Amino acid sequence: MADAIGLPATYRHLVGARIRGQLQYRLSFGLYVVAQFLAAFADLLAVLVVFNRVPVLRGWSIEEVLYLYGTSQVAFTAADLFLSQVDKCAVHIRQGTFDQLLCRPLGPLFQLSTIEFELRRGGKVLQALLVMGIAAANLPVPWTAGRVVVTLTTIASAFVIFGGLWVITSSVAFWTVGSTEVANAFTYGGGFLTQYPFDVFSSWLRRILLLVPVACVSYLPAAWVLDRPDAYDFPAWARLSSPAAAIATTLVARAVWRTAIRHYRSTGS
Amino acid sequence: MAVIELDDVSKEFVHHRKIGRLRRERVRTRAVDGITLSIEPGEVVGYIGPNGAGKSTTIKMLTGILVPSGGDVRVVGLDPQVNRLALTRRIGVVFGHRTQLWWDLPLRDSFDLLRYVYRVPADRHRQNVEAFVDLLELGPLLDRPVRQLSLGERMRGELTAALLHDPTILYLDEPTIGLDIVSKTRVREFLTSVNRERGVTVLLTTHDLDDVEQLCSRLVVIDHGKLVLDSTIDEVKRRYAPHRTLVVDLTESAPPLEIPGVEVTRVDGPRQWLRFHRDEHTAAAVIARIAATTALVDITVVEPDIEEVIRHVYGAA
Repeated sequence: MADAIGLPATYRHLVGARIRGQLQYRLSFGLYVVAQFLAAFADLLAVLVVFNRVPVLRGWSIEEVLYLYGTSQVAFTAADLFLSQVDKCAVHIRQGTFDQLLCRPLGPLFQLSTIEFELRRGGKVLQALLVMGIAAANLPVPWTAGRVVVTLTTIASAFVIFGGLWVITSSVAFWTVGSTEVANAFTYGGGFLTQYPFDVFSSWLRRILLLVPVACVSYLPAAWVLDRPDAYDFPAWARLSSPAAAIATTLVARAVWRTAIRHYRSTGS
Repeated sequence: MAVIELDDVSKEFVHHRKIGRLRRERVRTRAVDGITLSIEPGEVVGYIGPNGAGKSTTIKMLTGILVPSGGDVRVVGLDPQVNRLALTRRIGVVFGHRTQLWWDLPLRDSFDLLRYVYRVPADRHRQNVEAFVDLLELGPLLDRPVRQLSLGERMRGELTAALLHDPTILYLDEPTIGLDIVSKTRVREFLTSVNRERGVTVLLTTHDLDDVEQLCSRLVVIDHGKLVLDSTIDEVKRRYAPHRTLVVDLTESAPPLEIPGVEVTRVDGPRQWLRFHRDEHTAAAVIARIAATTALVDITVVEPDIEEVIRHVYGAA
């Protein structure tokens, strides 16, 4: 068929419509983007202030921490931009509009990520890319093909892991409406933790972070790229386990989301 | 073959009710209780019942939103429980108090976007948009943001949106709720024409019995999740309202007319109300009998309204 419409085209049009709709409120949109961009720097500032007091943080230099911060932030803000909208399912369930999503020939996750797209979150992605650029230019070790590949796969895997965490925590809304705050503690909280070298955390927190799997998001691969020992004393292969963690998170998220939808379809809202 | 089939379908909800400080008790409610129903292609069925009777729950099971707790559902031969996504392409849904249009964008954009959601071929989509815009006189509204449309205007947009992918079945959950008389009439005329021209099967829930009377060929009534009535409108009237009333205006005040089998229920000056059984007498015969003895100015035949009929049905159930 000449004009068969593929999913990418549907995605483009739905996101485009969302952006056009939001641009109706131009001033509010503009202010928000600027605020997000600046707020993201406040975040970075906190890291820099620490280094103003101490030259090295548990053995991590500022260049190393910037690399860690950059990789984790690029992945986190991209996931925030493209996937975090799934937590809007709580609003749709409460207002009864989730039913309509189920009446259309597209998956509810696909629909949520398009119709609730927030372009204004792009401000943070820009900031993260900027930091990543600075970190890449000041990397204390030479850029080899291996380090480039690991950095790119780490970012991609971290993006998937954050997306999965968002889907899992959003699913809670199907059982208890009004659970967004709890969910945010895991997603935004988890994102925050990945900005720091895990050496600064106490051992019990480190263990928990391994479970969630935010340790795989950037800390372990960063330790590999920067040629440093990690706080877990893991062998090299374990430090490169991000793609495996991404696949595992995806499978868990998929199972949880399906259970949630099944629950919704048997109980209603 | 039937397009909608329900065989002994039930839906049970479980709630938790607090008893004491921590203990909770499971409470089961049957929203739909053993409904068997079969709808043929091209029918327009009014699905009515008091609030909480189970109407919306039934529609949700027919769209695949809810999974039944018991019984079998088939819609266009598909099991909504298993083939929900495939089914969405064959059905159109309008929820009267929700919108499926893009609120901040011109109405035209919603129609364009739905082409991408349902992946309708460009030609077919253009033809459909043109046809509906014409029928519902949407032309002047196309460039206005949906949020600026009146409820009646928006409903016309919703109907179009639900039909652009050529569904076999159209579900309408209170499509005329909150509309003024003119908008209601327009919606009804449109639905009648869509049913006739395109053969779309229509299942609608409503509290407006004029909808039922003017649109539907068949009436299904449920109460407390159970089917209490399923028949054609004519049959319902015959069964539950066997009497018709003839209002006659005589040239001057007169004592109640005496005609065998006809009862005078009210006299108001020269105007008299005569009640007769629809199977025993025809209106023509009654009029002829009166005209033979008395001079007539005007006559009207009053059919019992469906509202009265429904009250009867609820009362009996």
